[in-house]
Amino acid sequence: MSTASTAAAPVGRWTTGRAVEVVHEGTALLRVRLEVADRVDHLPGQHYVVRLRADDGYTAQRSYSVASDPGDPLLELLVEHLPGGEVSGFLHEVLEVGDVLELRGPIGGWFTWGGAGDLVPAVCVVGGTGVVPAVAMLRHARRLGVSDRLRVVAVGRTRAALPYAEELGAAGALVALTRENLTGADGSVRVAAPPYVDEVRDLVEGVDRAYVCGSAGFASFATRLLGEAGMRATGIRVEQFGASG
Amino acid sequence: MPVTRGFSGRPRRGRPDRLPPGQYDTGRDWPVLTAEVAPVVDPARWSLTVDGEVERSTTWSWEELHALPGSTYDGDIHCVTTWSMLETSFTGVSVDVLLDAAGPTASATHVMAHATTGYTTNLPLADLRGGRAWVVWEHEGRPLPAEHGGPVRLLVPHLYFWKSAKWVTRLELMDRDRPGFWEANGYHDRGDPWLEQRYQGDP
Repeated sequence: MSTASTAAAPVGRWTTGRAVEVVHEGTALLRVRLEVADRVDHLPGQHYVVRLRADDGYTAQRSYSVASDPGDPLLELLVEHLPGGEVSGFLHEVLEVGDVLELRGPIGGWFTWGGAGDLVPAVCVVGGTGVVPAVAMLRHARRLGVSDRLRVVAVGRTRAALPYAEELGAAGALVALTRENLTGADGSVRVAAPPYVDEVRDLVEGVDRAYVCGSAGFASFATRLLGEAGMRATGIRVEQFGASG
Repeated sequence: MPVTRGFSGRPRRGRPDRLPPGQYDTGRDWPVLTAEVAPVVDPARWSLTVDGEVERSTTWSWEELHALPGSTYDGDIHCVTTWSMLETSFTGVSVDVLLDAAGPTASATHVMAHATTGYTTNLPLADLRGGRAWVVWEHEGRPLPAEHGGPVRLLVPHLYFWKSAKWVTRLELMDRDRPGFWEANGYHDRGDPWLEQRYQGDP
């Protein structure tokens, strides 16, 4: 915690992005892919701020983690529709292909992986929409041919509610569903439960850093799980989100 | 910047003057945002030190701090992640009392607040002066919960809340500015919510 990242993470100023793809995944999740003017390439784990502006000058802004690899020509954000969410509600109900959004990013220099000299072996324990930065990290690792350095534990209530569930599974992530059983490609069944220490212990072996992302409740569960599996606390980086519709 | 097509926003609340630009009223919901694992801080082993550019480096135990004249802040707090909580309260001791005891030297200009976790945040000394900063252990009359920095945190409510270091244990006075944890990671050195000083490079 006491040391800053090895290299300064990239920082972008306010700019605009044009929605190129607006894809609803069920009722609660929305994938938005944007063409960003004067884009500053991000590091996996960084986020963008989306700002909406009404005609009387009123603004509302929220942060969203980036799901795309920096090598992707488009910027991909995942937006969960929160009850009463002012920004997420607008994006879900109003946003269409071709709309222009104010954006600021990339932002954040702590919860990042894969900067220069920073492709260290790492484990991600992520839950719900907290999987998004891990998706960016996995895509980045795959493009660079270093997928072996990244292990991911992705936790969701159901397969339908877990963003990028198929992609995570295909990338070798341990997918743990807490409200329904999950049948693996080999026909084996994982009974509904949070991840067990025994499932995580091997993943922590030889790892220098852990990333935890999810709700405050999930983050405290995940940090405890990592500790019980042998991860030292000082190697754990946490990104929590609270209600911020 | 362009108006967003089709966006009207929430009904404007009755007190827009209380909300800095880009902030929304979180009501009584207090989100938890931390970059690290919440530590278990034992008040019996915790202490607060004011040192660096001071005449008398001074350390207070938990009991000694509580024996100082108490002080309460009633007002608003603003988080850089865009929530504000209006009309809340915290109780502890004014940072003025601590600084007066330690006696900043003439060359002291900035302060680095250190937490037990190693978290740091930098502030201009002037922002900790004049009854605008506290070290607090109560929120709305109850012990400060661990996830919100309990048992004790810094409170500088006129700046974005990351400046109010959770689990504070040391105020280091400095003769120049030096970036703290978030500041080295792209966040603003001062963090005035009314000027929207969120990130490095903001006005």
